[in-house]
Amino acid sequence: MTEAYIYDAVRTPRGKGRKDGALHEVTAARLSAVALNALKERNNLEGHAVEDVIWGNVTQVAEQGACLARTAVLASDLDESIPGLSINRFCASGLEAVNVAANQVRGGAGNGYIAGGVECMSRVPMGSDGGAIAVDPSIAIDNYFVPQGISADIIATKYGFTRDMADAMAVESQRRAKAAWDAGHFSRSIVPVYDVNGLPILTHDEYMRPETDMQSLGALNPSFKQMGEVMPGFDKIAILKYPELERVNHIHHAGNSSGIVDGASAVLIGNKELGEQLGLKPRARIRATAKIGTDPTIMLTGPVPVTEKIMRDSGMQVSDIDLFEVNEAFASVVMRFEQAFNVDHDKVNVNGGSIAMGHPLGATGAMIIGALLDELERSDKELGLATLCIGSGMGAATIIERV
Amino acid sequence: MTDFTLNKDAEGIATITWDTEGKSMNVMSIQGFSDLSDMVDDALADDAVKGIIITSGKEGSFAGGMDLNVIAKMKDDAGDDPAKGLFDGVMNMHAVLRKIERAGMDPKTNKGGKPIACVMPGTALGIGFEIPLSCHRTFVANNPKAKIGLPEIMVGIFPGAGGTTRLVRKLGAMAAAPFLLQGKLSDPAKAKQAGLIDEVSDDPMADARAWVLSEPNIVKPWDEKGYKMPGGAPYHPAGFMTFLGASVMVHSETQGAFPAAKALLSAVYEGALVPFDTALKIETRWFVHTLLNPSSSAMIRSLFINKEALEKGAVRPADVPDQKVRKIGVLGAGMMGAGIALVSAQAGMEVVLIDRDQAAADKGKAYTATYMDKGIARKKATPEKKEEMLARITATPDLDALKGCDLIIEAVFEDPAVKAEMTKKVEAVIPEDCIFASNTSTLPITDLAKASARPEQFIGIHFFSPVEKMLLVEIIKGEKTGDRAVAKALDYVRQIRKTPIVVNDARFFYCNRCIIPYINEGLRMITEGVSPSLIDNAARQLGFPVGPLQLNDETSIDLGAKIARATKAAMGDDYPDSPGDDLIFWMEAEGRLGRKANAGFYEYDDKGKRTGFWPGLGEKYPLAEDQPDLIEVQERLMFSQVLEAVRALEEGVVMDIREADVGAILAWGFAPWSGGPLSWLDMIGTPYAAERTAALAAKYGTRFETPALLKEMGDKGQSFYTRFAPEAEKAA
Repeated sequence: MTEAYIYDAVRTPRGKGRKDGALHEVTAARLSAVALNALKERNNLEGHAVEDVIWGNVTQVAEQGACLARTAVLASDLDESIPGLSINRFCASGLEAVNVAANQVRGGAGNGYIAGGVECMSRVPMGSDGGAIAVDPSIAIDNYFVPQGISADIIATKYGFTRDMADAMAVESQRRAKAAWDAGHFSRSIVPVYDVNGLPILTHDEYMRPETDMQSLGALNPSFKQMGEVMPGFDKIAILKYPELERVNHIHHAGNSSGIVDGASAVLIGNKELGEQLGLKPRARIRATAKIGTDPTIMLTGPVPVTEKIMRDSGMQVSDIDLFEVNEAFASVVMRFEQAFNVDHDKVNVNGGSIAMGHPLGATGAMIIGALLDELERSDKELGLATLCIGSGMGAATIIERV
Repeated sequence: MTDFTLNKDAEGIATITWDTEGKSMNVMSIQGFSDLSDMVDDALADDAVKGIIITSGKEGSFAGGMDLNVIAKMKDDAGDDPAKGLFDGVMNMHAVLRKIERAGMDPKTNKGGKPIACVMPGTALGIGFEIPLSCHRTFVANNPKAKIGLPEIMVGIFPGAGGTTRLVRKLGAMAAAPFLLQGKLSDPAKAKQAGLIDEVSDDPMADARAWVLSEPNIVKPWDEKGYKMPGGAPYHPAGFMTFLGASVMVHSETQGAFPAAKALLSAVYEGALVPFDTALKIETRWFVHTLLNPSSSAMIRSLFINKEALEKGAVRPADVPDQKVRKIGVLGAGMMGAGIALVSAQAGMEVVLIDRDQAAADKGKAYTATYMDKGIARKKATPEKKEEMLARITATPDLDALKGCDLIIEAVFEDPAVKAEMTKKVEAVIPEDCIFASNTSTLPITDLAKASARPEQFIGIHFFSPVEKMLLVEIIKGEKTGDRAVAKALDYVRQIRKTPIVVNDARFFYCNRCIIPYINEGLRMITEGVSPSLIDNAARQLGFPVGPLQLNDETSIDLGAKIARATKAAMGDDYPDSPGDDLIFWMEAEGRLGRKANAGFYEYDDKGKRTGFWPGLGEKYPLAEDQPDLIEVQERLMFSQVLEAVRALEEGVVMDIREADVGAILAWGFAPWSGGPLSWLDMIGTPYAAERTAALAAKYGTRFETPALLKEMGDKGQSFYTRFAPEAEKAA
């Protein structure tokens, strides 16, 4: 089978996903173009250099609607002969873009692809695309629909994670992210965002709070207690699905959950020929990809079964993996992953994660692939696994190997 | 023969009057619908008619609803393809109501058409309110006793003749929810306030006539261009939150056990996204889906048809003349006695409430005063009504006051000796023909009757607590109890407006016989290390109001312990092994006596609210590493009760299967969606039930052994409602 290689990976800095966030003024198409143009310039992507741009994006309405992928290509300096494919697998959309591109290459459908994604959460609010799963009674009731925050708290309750454990993980994520920025660990991938005149808009991750400590987190109120216990009372749905639980412990809050941010990321993927054509050296091989569906109520445990599946499919062991990126959607998601596989936190999210830097939904998957690749190279390790939990109960994973 | 008449007058008003023969309130039949349709056609086609008034010939009411017997039969009559038969039938009803609503208007311009008013002398329920909803304006008599609404959900269906679609479009999903999902009924003033009806009037007919002749605008909002649903459709931001919340509320409040509420909500959601006529079609699809669910026929059968039959004396000895109670003596003014005095006074009887001293008797009477005070505070009663009630109750320690009573209900301490003494003393005072009843919950009536000089006049009338709230009364025939005593008890229960069942005397009679094994199964699981949350939640998900552990807290741990000890003493070596007893005795010794002690299986806060399971329980009985599946816990809880119901039938304790089902739902809230324990067995099928109980017996013990009757029925593939059909019994 043809191998799929990663030739390059870039990302924008992440802006606070609010009206006062630095990237709030930048449109989704322009932010996408920042990442696409960087890949083009760094890798001489002239003409029909790649087969497609596979672009992850979750809230596909308003300016992110109408096949944003194609709009992004047209807004960028890429040639108009390159089409665009918008895809949505919620929080893993960016990783799924990488996996789809890799499997296209492996299957022989052309030499190269750009995979990545974008989310302008300050401009197109999360959830503004509606969705039947929450409101169609036949679906919501049959599937015991609860929002993700409740699911994260169910994980904590069911698997015994306390508020202190979650807060400690959050403090560590902030510490690691600051240390990584200070040491320049992200410098190879970061592409600053400039305005039309070349003036800088954002050059660094804006969401981080390195001063965070247990005490400051202790002052935060749980985010999902009200909707769980009072209106509309999602905890009762959780207990219908998990009747062995007496109650749901609401441990998650703004400080130990992923941040709402704006950002984009892009990865250049291709076979050997692509490298030869462009004069590039492959940085890593995509060893394996996997996706799976899980119980939609607890929803966010997907990284566990999808990791089991990717190991089974590839004949590998968790112990083979040198470094892990497990998206910090909520602290309990990462804790559950480490608990299930008995993986030391020293190997997981070593440069911090979404709790510290934020989680631009459609872009995050490709961002953590880039972060994993950079860190494997920096620390001279071989194998890395990236995985994310996914809305409505799914999981996705990718194993990369340096070459 | 028709229930409808059409009258056209000189002013150009056609009045269609609904008057179902032989009924105090109008009920709709298939023929009735067809007649109404023809008359509307006639009036719309007649150029001399300017407008139409639809009204009722009954004083104080418009209509009570659909004849539920008709709905129950609709399925059977639908032929080989019941879904299609029902769908076509319901769509025909929509066509008639839509014809009223459109009234001959041009479909494109909304021009033309004749105004149609509905004049309602009072109560309008179910289809009796869905017809007015399709009219252009509703005029209701100023009749505070009238009830208006859509109670269909209470019998396991939902408003399926456009009521769901019209009310949501009229009020919005949020505002319509209590009327559709809870079947909330309103008096005319409240109905107007809520927007259910248009006018409350002292002379609704005159007002309606004036309105009809005023050339009013008759186009319904949802037939106007640009109609927007109040509160927002599902993908409008506000509507999104409403619909998100609605699924959560319906799911958590029904615990997923009542299919009708979910189907209703689906009809509302899907209907909100399409034009009105398509929404009616969607409503029909879900309505038919609900009718095809065995739960709806079982609920209609038990909660409506059979409950009413029992209340009307289906099992009353026919040749005994009316035994209406005039003066009742209640012995013992404790909680049960006080409650019995209250409900008897409410029914207009003269009550003598006896206890050993004046203070104790007065305390029992004060219960009625407190109850009425609460009613006054909630504007459900008046001070005059309270005085009237209190005047009916004589509280005294003097047995002589019982002279002239025609019924005695004894509710003294559960001790055979105390009861025997009271029986003798009282029989010395009361008239010879007075019926003597015991409210015992555990002692055999035949044994208690031995203290009576007139055992044929001795009977059990078993109330549930709290008396004023619980809907069922269990009447127990002792060996020598005569027909007049049974008729007396039934007539009394009818007077106090409760539902009776009549059973033969046996340990724990019928209801407690089933409840006790249910509680014991829950206790046993605790001792096996099953999660207490799983046990109570499993029961709630079956549709029980409370799980066995919570039930134990409510009824009190020491009562459970007392019953266990007494039963053990009475049964000797026959007493079955019961690890739950050890648990209950331990709880009693720990002082965890239940809610009354603010400490039981659950912990309680100062206000008596449950805060969670008592951690001491988990220390004594640690959780097992492997927890059973929800389904297995549910099967154990279900069969522990249901098999007792089968055995009660097998042993002749229960004589009529309707009583087994209706009694179970009303007495202890047995999964109402199932229609009762025997209906549930019919639903899952006796062959499957026999197979499952055999498997449970192999795994958990002989208490789950398939009763011979069930095994035989399973082998033959019989159902209870075929083999024990009450009609067939009468014919035999």
